[in-house]
Amino acid sequence: MTETPVISCKNVWKIFGPDPAAYIKQMPQDHSFDAIRADGYIAGVKDVSIEVGRGEMLVIMGLSGSGKSTLVRCFSRLHDITGGTIEVEGQDIMQLSEKELIELRRNKMGMVFQSFGLLPHRTVLENVAFPLEMRGQDKHERRARAMEVVKLVGLEGREEYFPRELSGGQQQRVGIARSLAIEPDIWFLDEPFSALDPLIRREMQDEFLRLQDMLGKTIVFITHDFDEALRLADRIAIMKDGAVEQCDTPDQIVLHPATEYVRKFTEEIDKARVVHAGVLASPDNKGEGEPVDAGATIQELAKLLVHDTRDVIPVAKQGQVIGGMERQAGLTILLETG
Amino acid sequence: MADATEVHGNISPGFGGLSRSKAALVLVAVAVALTLLRYAGLLPDALFRVPEAMVPPFAIWLDAIFNFVKDDLGLLAVTRTLTEGLEWILDATANLLFGKRRWPNLGPIPWTSIAAVAAVIGYYLGGWRMALLAGGTFVWTALIGQWKIAMETMSVLVVAAPLAFVIGLTLGILAWRKPWVNRALKPILSVLQTLPFFTYLLPAVIFFKVGPTAGAVATTIYAIPPMILMTTLGLQKVSPEVVEAGEMSGCSRWQLLRHVYIPSARTEILVGVNQVIMLCLAMVVLTAFIGMPGLGAKLLAMMGSFKLGRSFEIGVTIVLLAVTLDRMSKAWVVKQPEHFEKGTPWWKRHLTLVLAVGLFVFFIIVSQFVEVAATIGRKQNFSQGKEIDTLIKGFLNIDAVKAVTGFLRAFLNVQVLIPFRNFLLSIPTPALILLVTAFALWLGGRKQAILAAVFFSLVALSGWWDRSVITLYSVISAVALAMIIGLPLGIWAARTERWSKRILLVCDTAQTFPSFVYLIPAIMLFGITDIAVIFSILIFAMVPLTRYTIEGLRSVPEEMTEAADMSGATRMQKLINVQLPLALPTMAVGFNQAIMFAFFMVIIAAFIGTQDLGQELQRTLAGTDLGKNFVLGICVSLMALTFDLTILKWASDQKKALGLGD
Repeated sequence: MTETPVISCKNVWKIFGPDPAAYIKQMPQDHSFDAIRADGYIAGVKDVSIEVGRGEMLVIMGLSGSGKSTLVRCFSRLHDITGGTIEVEGQDIMQLSEKELIELRRNKMGMVFQSFGLLPHRTVLENVAFPLEMRGQDKHERRARAMEVVKLVGLEGREEYFPRELSGGQQQRVGIARSLAIEPDIWFLDEPFSALDPLIRREMQDEFLRLQDMLGKTIVFITHDFDEALRLADRIAIMKDGAVEQCDTPDQIVLHPATEYVRKFTEEIDKARVVHAGVLASPDNKGEGEPVDAGATIQELAKLLVHDTRDVIPVAKQGQVIGGMERQAGLTILLETG
Repeated sequence: MADATEVHGNISPGFGGLSRSKAALVLVAVAVALTLLRYAGLLPDALFRVPEAMVPPFAIWLDAIFNFVKDDLGLLAVTRTLTEGLEWILDATANLLFGKRRWPNLGPIPWTSIAAVAAVIGYYLGGWRMALLAGGTFVWTALIGQWKIAMETMSVLVVAAPLAFVIGLTLGILAWRKPWVNRALKPILSVLQTLPFFTYLLPAVIFFKVGPTAGAVATTIYAIPPMILMTTLGLQKVSPEVVEAGEMSGCSRWQLLRHVYIPSARTEILVGVNQVIMLCLAMVVLTAFIGMPGLGAKLLAMMGSFKLGRSFEIGVTIVLLAVTLDRMSKAWVVKQPEHFEKGTPWWKRHLTLVLAVGLFVFFIIVSQFVEVAATIGRKQNFSQGKEIDTLIKGFLNIDAVKAVTGFLRAFLNVQVLIPFRNFLLSIPTPALILLVTAFALWLGGRKQAILAAVFFSLVALSGWWDRSVITLYSVISAVALAMIIGLPLGIWAARTERWSKRILLVCDTAQTFPSFVYLIPAIMLFGITDIAVIFSILIFAMVPLTRYTIEGLRSVPEEMTEAADMSGATRMQKLINVQLPLALPTMAVGFNQAIMFAFFMVIIAAFIGTQDLGQELQRTLAGTDLGKNFVLGICVSLMALTFDLTILKWASDQKKALGLGD
């Protein structure tokens, strides 16, 4: 990545307790999560360094209590961090005054919440227009813009409804619309689909991917559902006890789990559905014959892997052969879990 | 407040390593010994009662402080200025509602207009039934010939309630925002809530002139505490995600409060509004004691001259008003906004408003031509005062009724109440303090015990010990009698869903009645006697007892009663071993409320003629004896607080120990 990352955080700490600022100063290096807890503090975020590039979708994944929601709240400074730095587009957000912070949120950030966070006394349209109202846009303009976003998320005709009159999925569409109303550059989604039942969740994920294809925002997406993470992510950061265990592409996480904890997570996953041909290609031996597409998953190539007789199959990206994949390696992944 | 180390009641240490119950027993033993010594004539008088010479002149000190604040600090000048402003508003409402000759000189508004608007609002909030109740109440008030006095009461209410709402809301927000405000307010609020209402009245009179202004001020102050509490509670309960959504929408602090917090706390704030209205009504009726004209004053006068029929009619009016205001404001709490389809015309969106304004104007025009629609004259009303009077008196003269009330009067009074009172009075002061301390230690804990000892010692030092004991005696005997009737009633009603609902509805309704109303049946049945006092406290205190008994029993988790059934428990075994123990913490809350209600009522009942603190308090209202008024008020408050702190602590400890949560 050559251009400056949209979000860049270095050695970020967030500690909860009676006097975190004093505590972190005297805390010994490499103090473990449990040691900190024994001192009466909770390490919500523990020494996290992570970057999010423009247009990238980073999925933060972990069980409940792992610190993923806390981390994303540090990005938007809903929480003030205890140590380290967070830069948003090159600007240290901890240095912002209250006014500048409000400006940042009014113009650059949008956030979607797990239990929607809708205002119960406002109609769909008024909820969506809320951020616009806060920044003082005039009534006609903001209604027109809100209407646009309401259409975008497919709630046309319901704009006069109150939140309690909508289903969970529809309510979250309102939440999504609201977060998009100001056309943010950075889009935070905190377990947006966890409160929905599985069928609706699937549908909302598709809808979300459609929106993302259209809008191309920089996204930080939180989930505790590994399947969801694999489905959506450009990169996944797996968190445990406030720390990031591994941050990598889905392929790499599945193929090369960095820690025991991550390995356990990936154990049940059907790797053939996650790993792409491109990842297995090595430029040393490009093989011969008809190439396969780098973006195809091993599962999609199953038939070919079984029937082909070549030892090395060429892999092409946009028509250009980038390397060769050993057929045996592909077959191993295919047969490993099933 | 809960001390983490004292959660598990019976194991925590009391004094000097003794367990709490043992320490309490020791205290009781000392108290008994002291009492026996007294009976044997061995206890010196100085240990029996605090000697006159040792009583510090609290009243004089307090007077000095008041005078300093009033004159030297110039508070009186401030309040007199406020008075002018308030008087101007009150005059305006008085003009509109009953035609007092003041600005804006438009009134009085015809009763038909007001009744029609009330009905429309009722319809908006709760459909036809509410419309009928609201409209019917005002029609009744007019037809029975009480329109003017009811409007005198309302003219103060419509000023005091919004005032209490605004002040309460503001203080509530401050207390939620700033922890130190909260810490400062908490003890003040708990004292305010136990302070007898007579104590609100005299300062109001001195600082704000006699009449409606003082009435409005006392009413406002009385109604503020619950509004503060509900506001703070509501704001604390707003879901963090909604707040974060607001912050991420770029709300400034003020926008966050205005657009996110307050609307999200709507339910609690409206519950606060309901309480404000009900407390205002209860208090505004009582301002009769400082000469505020209105329903209360009329009722006071009628009861004083034993005109039972008229008293009864006024009582009905007050009750109807109370029920209407309560039901309407509660309906407002649960009223959810409904959406309108796009393109709904303006008048349809605001149908209620259009209807209300339309009918209002319509009846104003009608009343220009039809006299009766404007005001109902003296001879035109349907009051049946005299007839009801004869009816009631006739009923009371039936031999059987006479025998029952006579027996109750004789038996209860002579056999139970007077001996009990004399017994309490015969206990030496230190012994009684020890007994109360032991009670607080046993139920609450060390902190509660120390507070109990301090509070009751202060009462002893106030120089009003005997009257305080008599007050305590009325409270204890009335609550005990209320338990004998209320608990079985609650237990019985809790057995079936249907009866639970019915009795709870009765309790809910009864709880909205201004306390003053409870005197009416008491005086009807027992005349002006001690028994009437006890009786009025009894029915007043029975309401929370029955109500919380039902609620406690009904909220026992079903799997526990099912487990008892499957263990082969009989109904009685189930009740005693499973349901009652689990319901007890909730019932204790009801018991506590009963005691608080009793302390409140015993002061009002002083009107009937008692020898307790209330009587003295009422006497101070005639003068300007602020110091004495406060000493008496604080005595009542301290005694009530002792019970309040102890019982609530026990209830919350028990709930925690049983894992029931709050």
